[in-house]
Amino acid sequence: MGPHSIVLVKQVPDTANISGQVMKEDGTVNRAKLPAIFNHEDRVALELALQIKDKLGGKVTAITMGPPRASDVLRECLFMGADDAVLISDRKFAGADTLATSYVLSEAIKKLGKYDFVFAGRQAIDGDTAQVGPQTSEKLGIPQITYSEEILDIKERSARIRRKIDGGYEILESNLPVLITVIKDAAFPRPYKAKRIMAYKNAKTLIELEKLTEGNSLLYIDQLKEEYRSKKLYIQTLTMDDLKLDEARCGVHGSPTKVHKIESVVLADGNHELIAPDKSGLSILIDKLMEDHILG
Amino acid sequence: MGTMNKDVWIFIEQRNGKPADVSFELLSKGRKLAENLRGELKAVVIGSNVKSLAEETFKFGASEALVIDHPALEHFRTIPYSRVLTELVELHKPRIVLFGATVIGRDLAPRVASHTKSGLTADCTDLQISTVKYLKKDYEDLLLQIRPAFGGNIIATIITPEVEVQMATVREGVMRLEPLPAPVKGKITSIPYVQNEFDEVIKIIEQHRQDNKVNLKGASIIVSGGYGMGSKSNFKMIHDLAALIGGEVAGSRAAVDAGFITSDRQVGQTGVTVRPKLYIACGISGAIQHRAGMSESNKIIAINTDPDAPIFGIAHYGIVGDAAQIIPMFINVFKQKLR
Repeated sequence: MGPHSIVLVKQVPDTANISGQVMKEDGTVNRAKLPAIFNHEDRVALELALQIKDKLGGKVTAITMGPPRASDVLRECLFMGADDAVLISDRKFAGADTLATSYVLSEAIKKLGKYDFVFAGRQAIDGDTAQVGPQTSEKLGIPQITYSEEILDIKERSARIRRKIDGGYEILESNLPVLITVIKDAAFPRPYKAKRIMAYKNAKTLIELEKLTEGNSLLYIDQLKEEYRSKKLYIQTLTMDDLKLDEARCGVHGSPTKVHKIESVVLADGNHELIAPDKSGLSILIDKLMEDHILG
Repeated sequence: MGTMNKDVWIFIEQRNGKPADVSFELLSKGRKLAENLRGELKAVVIGSNVKSLAEETFKFGASEALVIDHPALEHFRTIPYSRVLTELVELHKPRIVLFGATVIGRDLAPRVASHTKSGLTADCTDLQISTVKYLKKDYEDLLLQIRPAFGGNIIATIITPEVEVQMATVREGVMRLEPLPAPVKGKITSIPYVQNEFDEVIKIIEQHRQDNKVNLKGASIIVSGGYGMGSKSNFKMIHDLAALIGGEVAGSRAAVDAGFITSDRQVGQTGVTVRPKLYIACGISGAIQHRAGMSESNKIIAINTDPDAPIFGIAHYGIVGDAAQIIPMFINVFKQKLR
């Protein structure tokens, strides 16, 4: 039996491509209007886990905490090659900061049974905090290796990993299990296989199955769940109660950080001196800089 | 909460015994925060043979250095460092703990914050002390943790009103380095390191570190190129101009992503923060992440084809045009003047 890798993935708003249409009048961002994408470094993390499976066998489980529509990224994980996908979703998780998120994720991981690796992207592009990985690791009581670039070797009870450090790199050897966060250069994520897309495009979470039963008195949720499970199309769906979590540590209640103020980025009114884009303009500019002893 | 500790702690990061610049920058900022809070500024120094490093913190106003000195702590390793720091934080409950937003700081801080259930904000660009009304309640002397968010499209002020210990990481170069005219008479408090089996769960097999040869922070002139330079061959003009006027070459993140320049020369929120006498931005639109790294330059020249590019909002001199045509012209005119 090869190693079991759990991969933490996140659906994020595409913050790199914000257009005017998604800005609200007050200058804040209308999240709902942004396309939701698979956080790239998490995809790289999944790729590393799949490479381990290619080499040593075992199993890869992708999990995400998010709203019901986050199931999209879980299906993408299945397309890439994950064996199992788990959605952790509950209204009570809303407003979670990294501390509350890592609490929920660590409790979910504990319920998934034995594991050897937990993988995650270094950070998600919507917050860029890089905190959920280390905080999940701390709550699991396992070691962490952040900024990982390459898995060099895996033994029965340990792994050798190369990680980036300021001004260079280091090679670490950790006992297993270990939590590993990866940078984008660590691997190039594999494309989806057409066969897997065909197989898993109909994979559904409990929330999505419940939608199917709405208004259809012939469908019973338990039966439907069993049917999907037997076809390996059921995305395990866990709520706060399923995980027996402490509500005070979830969502907004469990989050010490609060947003006090948000300001849109307002530019200075631009009191710059316009220089003509020709020789005489540049000559004037260079004279000024020489007078100020900045140049020359 | 009147008896609450009001101290400000700075984690002093060292690599091979050499302190990280950001740690002293944080001491400089921390001194002001501690004054506002009427608390003390303290340095936490973890390593091996770090007594002289601890004494250096007095030059920046630390009144006490908490020193954990042991051969096992020579190099940063997550588990022993986070464990000893967590124990200290739990014992003393400082009001604020600051870390550099370096690879080490961003590895260590979340682990300590998780264990102590503290609030933690990453990559702050400003820190202030202020009384805050939050959900109709007044909170005295909170740490305002200010950072760009959401891909740099907004600036968020984060607070952690309900916790005792407020933590933040801050990028290198963001806070000014301000040594005191004379060091304060600080106290060194040695804290014994008690080894724990779990500390050895990760071993360092090899470590390779080069001192950064690029010194953007110390450069008085910087010529910086962006995606608007168009190609790597055009980017050579940036090097030519920099060589001519005695400047360093830098680039925006887009230029790094496009392969025009290496990431060690990236200016901006995820790169280096600079304050040169002259910053020439060529073909850089001026996203907030870039501006965060250079807006405090003494003089800024912006060259861009788009007259509405945000970079003009912070420039002192603006040239609307294609940098690939303007730069050769600039070089010629300047050479003529030198004759």
